[in-house]
Amino acid sequence: MVRMRASGEQPEGVAISDAVAVERTLAGEREAYRVLVERHSQYVYRLAYRMTGNKEDAEEVVQEAFLRAYQKLQQFAGNANFATWVYRIAANYAIDRLRQRKSEDLRREQPKRIAEGEPETDPLSDVKDAAPSPERLAGSAQLAAKMKEALDTLTPAERTAIVMRHWDGCGIEEIAAVLKSNTSAAKNTVFRAVQKLRLALQPFAEPRGAARAVGTE
Amino acid sequence: MRHVTEEELFAYRERDAKGREAMAAHLKECADCRAELARLEEVFVALDAMPVPDPGEDYGTRVWRQIAPRLPEKRASWWRTFFATQRLAVAGAVAALVIVAFYAGKKVGPGATGVGNRAVVEAASAEIVRERVLIVAVGDHLGKSEMVLVELSHASPSETGKKLINISAEQKRAESLVEENRLYRQTALEGGDSAMASTLDELERVLMDVANSPAEVTPAQFESIQKRIAERGILLKVRVVRQELRTAETGRKSQPAQTDSTTRERNKV
Repeated sequence: MVRMRASGEQPEGVAISDAVAVERTLAGEREAYRVLVERHSQYVYRLAYRMTGNKEDAEEVVQEAFLRAYQKLQQFAGNANFATWVYRIAANYAIDRLRQRKSEDLRREQPKRIAEGEPETDPLSDVKDAAPSPERLAGSAQLAAKMKEALDTLTPAERTAIVMRHWDGCGIEEIAAVLKSNTSAAKNTVFRAVQKLRLALQPFAEPRGAARAVGTE
Repeated sequence: MRHVTEEELFAYRERDAKGREAMAAHLKECADCRAELARLEEVFVALDAMPVPDPGEDYGTRVWRQIAPRLPEKRASWWRTFFATQRLAVAGAVAALVIVAFYAGKKVGPGATGVGNRAVVEAASAEIVRERVLIVAVGDHLGKSEMVLVELSHASPSETGKKLINISAEQKRAESLVEENRLYRQTALEGGDSAMASTLDELERVLMDVANSPAEVTPAQFESIQKRIAERGILLKVRVVRQELRTAETGRKSQPAQTDSTTRERNKV
């Protein structure tokens, strides 16, 4: 078993499993929930940061996910893994948060465009147009910055799908459950996200001849 | 073969493509498609280059401090409260007190000198009650343990075709039983019943084994747990002890005095 952090505020010196912590929380020991929060916060934070793209929103997602998990803990009883469960709650909350942010951004953008008489453009073309020169992308910091911009152009569903698939290795069924779609649609969403990110990187791609063979078996 | 599309290349990378072998053969031959695949791969390389800021080692504690005041009090149902592990430990401690009282009574009661007949009869009656409580409590504990072991031993995970088997329910029960078991074992040891202590010791090892396994195990890991249960012959030993306790319980109802024969029989297992 994993040992708990030694702390004066913690009443126990020996680690308890997630299952026992859940059971104790359900039995009315609020302090037992602390074990779960302290154990899984970093993991949930990584997902939240990748989905939201900034620290403030990520921290809000983490807090909200643990609050919601606490409120719904009765429904969890018997499920396999608390970490997976709270991860899914965080992903669901983050996607709602992204959708809300997108619609707020859209509301702010639209009057401005109409006022300036600009035609609506495909977000992908925005990515291409805003692309910096290859020299600027020489370092990985620039590459990361470019990807961050590209990720911001994805729809909430696409961003969720690529984060869950690429970084966290989630299965298509799991992604479909969070996106509330079927597996075929979820698969397409992952692909669309990759396609958009690839287009965003296209101006900086290696020349054809220099490409290395990947995945040939 | 025609050049592969971007979607096909993605599916190939995801190991989801139909006709993977043909595609792999094409990729070996076709530099253009290889280059396309490499460009696709660059997306993932770029994604990996994106750092996630470290929120700090104490992040979990900070999150707890932020959310703790917002957590509503949970009103537990009586059965959850009763079955929570800590409560089980308390219940176990009560059981242990009963056991201690039993052994103390056994030593002092019948052998005491200078006690009136009435006091002797009362002490003897109290001892019978204590002994019955003990027998029922240990028998119940062994029954619950047997049930967990039987469920694990009789499952056939390979037939279900699942990649992972969820044993979290059995794990939770084993965890609770370990605490109870420890108390009974220590008390049996202190009371000089080495045969009972030995059986409980073996049982504890198996329960710990289950409690410390991952919540989800592969069929191979599951079979290894089953093998360890079988190798120790613990199910048979638990059944024999339970049967003895049942016999003892029936015997107590008609004949208060305990013979040493049950202990001798148990030692043979």
